[in-house]
Amino acid sequence: MSYVAIADQVEEESHHPTSFISKYVWSQDHKVIAIQYSVTAIFVGLVALVLSGLMRLQLGFPDSFSFIDPSAYYQFVTMHGMIMVIYLLTALFLGGFGNYLIPLMIGARDMVFPFLNMLSYWVYLLAVIVLMASFFVPGGPTGAGWTLYPPQAILEGTPGADWGIILMLASLAIFIVAFTMGGLNYVTTVLQARAKGMTLMRMPLSVWGIFVATILGLLAFPALLVSAIMMLLDKIIGTSFFMPAIISMGEQMGYSGGSPILFQHLFWFFGHPEVYIVALPAFGMVSDVIATHARKNIFGYRQMVWAIVAIGGLSFIVWAHHMYVSGMNPYFGFFFATTTLIIAIPTAIKVYNWVLTLWKGNIHLTAPMMFAIGFIFTFTHGGLTGLFLGNVVVDLPLSDTYFVVAHFHMVMGVSPIMVLFAAIYHWFPKVSGKHLNEGLSKAHFWVTFLGTYAVYLPMHYLGFLGVPRRYYATGDTDFIPASAQGLNASITVAAIIVGVAQLIFIYNVIHSLRKGKKAEPNPWGATTLEWQTADTPPQHGNWGANLPVVHRWAYDFSVPGAKHDFIPQNMAEQDVEKASPDASNNTDEDGENPQGAPA
Amino acid sequence: MSFFKTLAEKPWLPQTAGADFELENPEPFRIPEKTALKFFLGIVSVIFFLFTVTFLSRTQYPDFQALAGEAWQPFTDATQLWINTAGLLLASISLHLAAIYSRKQNQSGVIVGLVAAMVFTLFFIFGQIAVWNQLNALGYFMTSNPANSYFYLFTAVHGLHLIGGLIALMKVVVPFISNRSFEAMTKGLDLCKTYWHFLFLVWILLFVLLTSSSETYNTIAVLCGF
Repeated sequence: MSYVAIADQVEEESHHPTSFISKYVWSQDHKVIAIQYSVTAIFVGLVALVLSGLMRLQLGFPDSFSFIDPSAYYQFVTMHGMIMVIYLLTALFLGGFGNYLIPLMIGARDMVFPFLNMLSYWVYLLAVIVLMASFFVPGGPTGAGWTLYPPQAILEGTPGADWGIILMLASLAIFIVAFTMGGLNYVTTVLQARAKGMTLMRMPLSVWGIFVATILGLLAFPALLVSAIMMLLDKIIGTSFFMPAIISMGEQMGYSGGSPILFQHLFWFFGHPEVYIVALPAFGMVSDVIATHARKNIFGYRQMVWAIVAIGGLSFIVWAHHMYVSGMNPYFGFFFATTTLIIAIPTAIKVYNWVLTLWKGNIHLTAPMMFAIGFIFTFTHGGLTGLFLGNVVVDLPLSDTYFVVAHFHMVMGVSPIMVLFAAIYHWFPKVSGKHLNEGLSKAHFWVTFLGTYAVYLPMHYLGFLGVPRRYYATGDTDFIPASAQGLNASITVAAIIVGVAQLIFIYNVIHSLRKGKKAEPNPWGATTLEWQTADTPPQHGNWGANLPVVHRWAYDFSVPGAKHDFIPQNMAEQDVEKASPDASNNTDEDGENPQGAPA
Repeated sequence: MSFFKTLAEKPWLPQTAGADFELENPEPFRIPEKTALKFFLGIVSVIFFLFTVTFLSRTQYPDFQALAGEAWQPFTDATQLWINTAGLLLASISLHLAAIYSRKQNQSGVIVGLVAAMVFTLFFIFGQIAVWNQLNALGYFMTSNPANSYFYLFTAVHGLHLIGGLIALMKVVVPFISNRSFEAMTKGLDLCKTYWHFLFLVWILLFVLLTSSSETYNTIAVLCGF
């Protein structure tokens, strides 16, 4: 039989949209699905942001808000954590950016299974609806903490122990089904639908990050699925997978012999790779933003790829560093502390390489670049505190204090969100065909960047004092000085300012979509394929009649002897314009770069 | 290994690494469904592996009573399970033959193979339900012991995967009724047959696991360091 590569198959008969419904609602176009994913994820993310504001109100000004009782507080904590990690970050990085960037960056017309891709979004939306429904059921959403540890997660006394926890577990299971459908698409598309000339090692780092993160997700989410199924059975049918013999509310329960620690192992076998499911796409995308806006090839491309692959592999053998105080065998702690410190090596290589990419680069301080540089700060900061917590002896006193809260928010909250903003500001002109307002973008950056430091830096100090996390109110204690409350109040004020400042971003997006300056096809002078499409935004099928052919890697910036300071991946060697011999250096002459040429 | 060779490429050098690279390769592994299936089988393996690990660790708790080993335990005589296993094996073989006949464009062979595969698969599923009923009749309820819980859980998850397989098989067969394309049929049946063989293998492992005696579990647990 004659074989036609997926990328070359004409798709007219398969899913060329005709009506509004098939074009924008039941769409099988990866770009529309990406936008659907992104809008949904950002919407639930805003819900979670409001929840964090409510939590901070209670912590900063205890007993001032009658509607925040302890139950409500725990429900806010739980829903904030779960939504941010899974329904916002995972969905936005992989469902949003993964969907948008993979086919465009590798030169394909669409994902290889467009129908499955559409299904993935609608099942994700179902998961979100089930999760949101838990706000409206009797007892409200679960307040078990985002880790959902049994036995307390399913016992009376924990908020939402009746309906909330069941909806949470069901929603997670549905999400995993959605992710699996999307994830199979992403990996298969990367492996099977690349354009001619696009070797794996010519792929932009964004695609590498998303690709490896998707593999991690496909292998790690089953652990969450398994634990969700078993906990649901414990809750609904009364099995004893995780539930020990227990007396609850003065009553002997029917459970016996189960192991809560087993749940913790399963949960973190998912939970730690999850950190990298979020971080690896962020690493990849920030690399592309930095290289493009520094007009310089990424420093150590191969190391960057190796680091992504190494981090992906190592991320499966560090999970128990979340469990040093769980009562597991102390020898485990030694092993997991060692692997945790080893994973810091490839991560540090990446940070060095970003910095070295900036070094002597022709840095354009655009909004995406500012967020990318901000990310290097916040990520280094959060990573360094990770080294503290990765060591058992240092972790024991700091465990369950605000130091941990500060650490994981810096490394996995603020840092990926900095990259998300960098990515949104970077790709917005391609996605929408409009420019964002640069002034508003920069204002948004400064409030967010400085504001997050005002929020999280003092939390490290609170942690050193021993202020415990997860407490509704600490009341009077001997070891916490009264000044800690002043610090808490200032954190709350900063958090609310940062939260409200996100309205700048939302206003900017909506305003620019309607009245923004029209974007040219390649405003940043980027080399990767998505900027070389015939139309901006790209039409269905992405490439018009002919697929691009790739002639070079993704980082030919400021090539000596070339006229322009970038050479697109699909430009053949003979088509590259040479600089005139009398020019002392390779200036960019399209007037886009007032800073001039690199030194 | 080609993976390491790939990672060692130097993409910044002009006209070296993969300058003539092209994915238009008629080799069978270029069928995207095959790649997706490989990943999917990987995911399903992880699911069963994790269930198995939790099972093995749960066997070491004092309240665990294995379902075989002593004369009064239900699976000391596992005849019904052996019969079910034979059914699944025959389903797997039938599907394999159907795929071969499809490649040879032998329509009656394909129909016989497919019908046999579906009948044997349903036989297996109903056989498993019969085992559930037997266990229930003997008082081995889902909640009365973790060994029972795991038996119901494992067989249910495995059965659901088979039902999913049947739905996928329908998606291969139904278009054939109208378009009679042996090419599409062969492609689909190749994937289904791989999936059936895989689920048969998983079942064999589960069968061994669920009908072992306490001593076996203890030995495995010692070897695994539980």
